[in-house]
Amino acid sequence: MNSVGEGCTELKREYDQCFNRWFAEKFLKGDRSADPCSELFLKYHTCVQKAIKEKDIPVEGVEFMGPNREKADS
Amino acid sequence: MVKYFSCAGFLKSSWDQVFLAFWQRYPNPYSNHVLTEDIIFREVTPENCLMSRRLLTKTSRAPRWAEKFLPAHMAQKAYIIEDSVVDPQGRTMTTLTWNISHARVMSIEERCVYRVNPDNNSWTEIKREAWISSNLYGLSRAIQEFGLARFKSSITKTMKGFEYVLAKMQGEMPTRTLAETATVKARETALAAKEKAKDLASQAQKKQYV
Repeated sequence: MNSVGEGCTELKREYDQCFNRWFAEKFLKGDRSADPCSELFLKYHTCVQKAIKEKDIPVEGVEFMGPNREKADS
Repeated sequence: MVKYFSCAGFLKSSWDQVFLAFWQRYPNPYSNHVLTEDIIFREVTPENCLMSRRLLTKTSRAPRWAEKFLPAHMAQKAYIIEDSVVDPQGRTMTTLTWNISHARVMSIEERCVYRVNPDNNSWTEIKREAWISSNLYGLSRAIQEFGLARFKSSITKTMKGFEYVLAKMQGEMPTRTLAETATVKARETALAAKEKAKDLASQAQKKQYV
């Protein structure tokens, strides 16, 4: 899958591979050892943030689970 | 005015397989409209839950009847954020997905809760809720109907994509029959709602001349 930053796709791939391995073999099994992917994530993250700024994608200031609303009637 | 929708479904795979597949969903044969995918935030909480934020770019398709009401140079790409929390202790995952572009035309928020199926603990249940609203004067109802219809048919693609990825992960060939039935149903629903939406749009247009 491509990254929104055209030059970031390879970095994304490396990070994803590392993450998927840690997620399946450690995290889901309750192993609390730190994930070994932080360096890879940092490289990837720096690249993507640049692309997000360049493309003016409005991700800033959006609270995590932001629009988390209660069940509403139609 | 907000249109609310909810449904429940399940995947015939265990919770850990589903949670793993969640991160490997794209690309799949049913996701050609998804152009890019990026994790832009991730953190493990002190309670050992995984918080993630995923940014998606999708093609933005407006139906022809709506095109004449929309701004001439509206972007063909839509940006969507998906926040998720994975709790491996509780074996649950909660996701919240919403569009951060085109929000005035139509805003869709979807909240999903994944958990172990209470009737069969080797399956995973998905409870899905959506809130669809539009602020475009005069067209809100038509857009909401369209939005709801498209959302329902996109659920089919989502589930098919999930099943496909899970089958691949498990070394099986994905079955087609179940998926085909779902596609037919989704198409019929979408068609019915499309007619309704067109109707509402032409009514809205007529009202302007009264």
